Amino acid sequence: MTDTTDTDAYAPSRPTTEGRVYNLSGGDWDSVISAFGGSTDPIKDERLVLNMGPQHPSTHGVLRLVLELEGETVTDARVVVGYLHTGIEKNTEFRTWTQAVTFLTRADYLSPLFNETVYCLGVERLLGIEAPSRAQTIRLLMMEVNRLASHWVWLATGGMELGALTAMTNGFRAREKCLDVFETITGLRMNHAFVRPGGVAQDLPEGYEQMFVEFIKGQREELRGLDKLLTGQTIWINRLKDVGWIGVEGCIALGITGPLLRAAGLPWDLRKTEPYLGYETYDFEVPTDDRGDCWSRYVVRVAEMHESLKIIEQALARLEPGPTMHEDPKIAWPAKLSLGPDGMGNSLEHVQKIMATSMESLIHHFKLVTEGFRVPPGQVYSKVESPRGELGAHVVSDGGTRPYRVHFREPSFINLQGVAAMAIGGQVADVIASVASIDPVMGGCDR
Amino acid sequence: MGGPVERPVPEDSAPEQSASDVARATVGTGSADSPYGTLRNGMFGVSGSGDTSGYGGLVREPWIPPSAEPPYGSYFDEIVEGLREAYPQTDAAIRKVVVDRDELTLHIERDHLIGVATALRDDPSLRFELCASVSGVDYLGSVNRLHSVVHLTSMTYRRRVRLEVSLPVEDPHVPSLTGLYPTADWQERETFDLFGIVYDGHPALTRILMPDDWDGHPQRKDYPLGGIPVQYKGATIPPADQRRAYK
Repeated sequence: MTDTTDTDAYAPSRPTTEGRVYNLSGGDWDSVISAFGGSTDPIKDERLVLNMGPQHPSTHGVLRLVLELEGETVTDARVVVGYLHTGIEKNTEFRTWTQAVTFLTRADYLSPLFNETVYCLGVERLLGIEAPSRAQTIRLLMMEVNRLASHWVWLATGGMELGALTAMTNGFRAREKCLDVFETITGLRMNHAFVRPGGVAQDLPEGYEQMFVEFIKGQREELRGLDKLLTGQTIWINRLKDVGWIGVEGCIALGITGPLLRAAGLPWDLRKTEPYLGYETYDFEVPTDDRGDCWSRYVVRVAEMHESLKIIEQALARLEPGPTMHEDPKIAWPAKLSLGPDGMGNSLEHVQKIMATSMESLIHHFKLVTEGFRVPPGQVYSKVESPRGELGAHVVSDGGTRPYRVHFREPSFINLQGVAAMAIGGQVADVIASVASIDPVMGGCDR
Repeated sequence: MGGPVERPVPEDSAPEQSASDVARATVGTGSADSPYGTLRNGMFGVSGSGDTSGYGGLVREPWIPPSAEPPYGSYFDEIVEGLREAYPQTDAAIRKVVVDRDELTLHIERDHLIGVATALRDDPSLRFELCASVSGVDYLGSVNRLHSVVHLTSMTYRRRVRLEVSLPVEDPHVPSLTGLYPTADWQERETFDLFGIVYDGHPALTRILMPDDWDGHPQRKDYPLGGIPVQYKGATIPPADQRRAYK
């Protein structure tokens, strides 16, 4: 035990009275760099490629981001979509014009009534008909409730992704009230298939006025709570301000519409610029902001929710009694269904008629339900302002009983192209805020 | 993974579109126009056995959108006139003008697509700043069966126009609009993925919705829907595209 030289390859050591003591120390950056020949940083050219998703709680659905990082800074960003492709457009080509609604409503599952309406407006243009005014007002009313529901989910999921968990619980609580309205009117919370070519599936139920009075009151309270919780909150402001900027030129070049475009400063809202369903007769504002960052998008969306409540109040005041389906019996669903004692849609009167008294009605019912109606050949492009931007439907008919081609111009799909522009040059944490502010819904994006 | 699901075709299932239908539709038009639908007889799409429905004598001709003559009405004349001034070769570029359901469709020769789109975007009297949508349609049975359809929006004038380029399936090349409208990037990838239309000049024309190693282009009309028969209490329900259906 008299050896005093450093024989260990890993650590120098020296003998002491209490045994050999090893001297462990970390490497010195200077010596590492000098080993590579001096002044250059040996890992300067190394890239860190970070994969986020598609199964990641912060990517807003099955979205995959491939980020190239230098430290915390994003130097390149790629977005990979398609994980939720279910062939909805192809499936519609094998169903009747009415059945296609059932598929399309599932595309963007947070704004089902917009999907249904834009498609039905297209089919009605092909047919050369217009839904009765009560049906149009009901559609408009339901879409505005849907806009509230969709924005609440955006706030809830976006808040959760940024760590604001109370925003998540409050947002989903407020959205639940919208879903209650849907459930009362359509029977379902999502995927309603409520809007049909020619009108809507059924009229508003009894006592809807009182339901809406309470709904509007409740939503106003929730919005006040939102202001208390988030609008003045320092962390929320710091996470969103000056993050994920994109200007008007960038938006238009990338095809980005909706709240993102309005947050950048352009008041482009199809409800005002190319009105449909009589939106031009309603009194409401198009909220805009001029910062073009995530904070602006928050401000714009919250203001839009207030405007939606204004539109709902006006629509309720305008509802006049009348038919909710086009009068042509060759298009309108034969039975006027109502909720039966078994909880299913039923019409005893209609069943009695077709089963007991009128053979022709039975044949007509059978033909319309199994074969469907024919739509004259041609193509149209119809569009509505969905919560995420311009939702377009390119509907082509070959004159048959099934759609020849239905293409959805999905704002989620197109707006996601802006992720790279928003993320590059920023921090990793800001990518989350940027993606959340786009509010993509992958069911719509991938269809 | 990849490709349509292979499965036996039941003998009594009626094909979606028989070969003779396709041939007749093609001969019937005699031009590069794509007709909507095919020539059909009868009412219920009966095939195989004789038609006992009493509607066997019905004939439904395929529809070819009629070529519109000026004046087109609405703001459409201003668009075509403005295009003529901004792009001298307009008359050679436009194969056909269709006005249907208050929408203007310009059928464009593919060699002129970039020129026409540039003029539409940049000319002060046109200003189609936004490329709203790029999609494809497959008119199976016609000569130029693949159609690349572009919807442009003028935010300045609040106008819309549809550009349509028709392509044969053997040579499905069309110039990419990504240089003019960056938003066309993903939309052209989608149309390539689902229809097999090749956008020349696209920076990275890869599949976007289907898996990278997928065979075939699912939205084409000769591509089956897929699916398997479903059994329920002893009965078998065929997949949606093989069920007996009225046509």
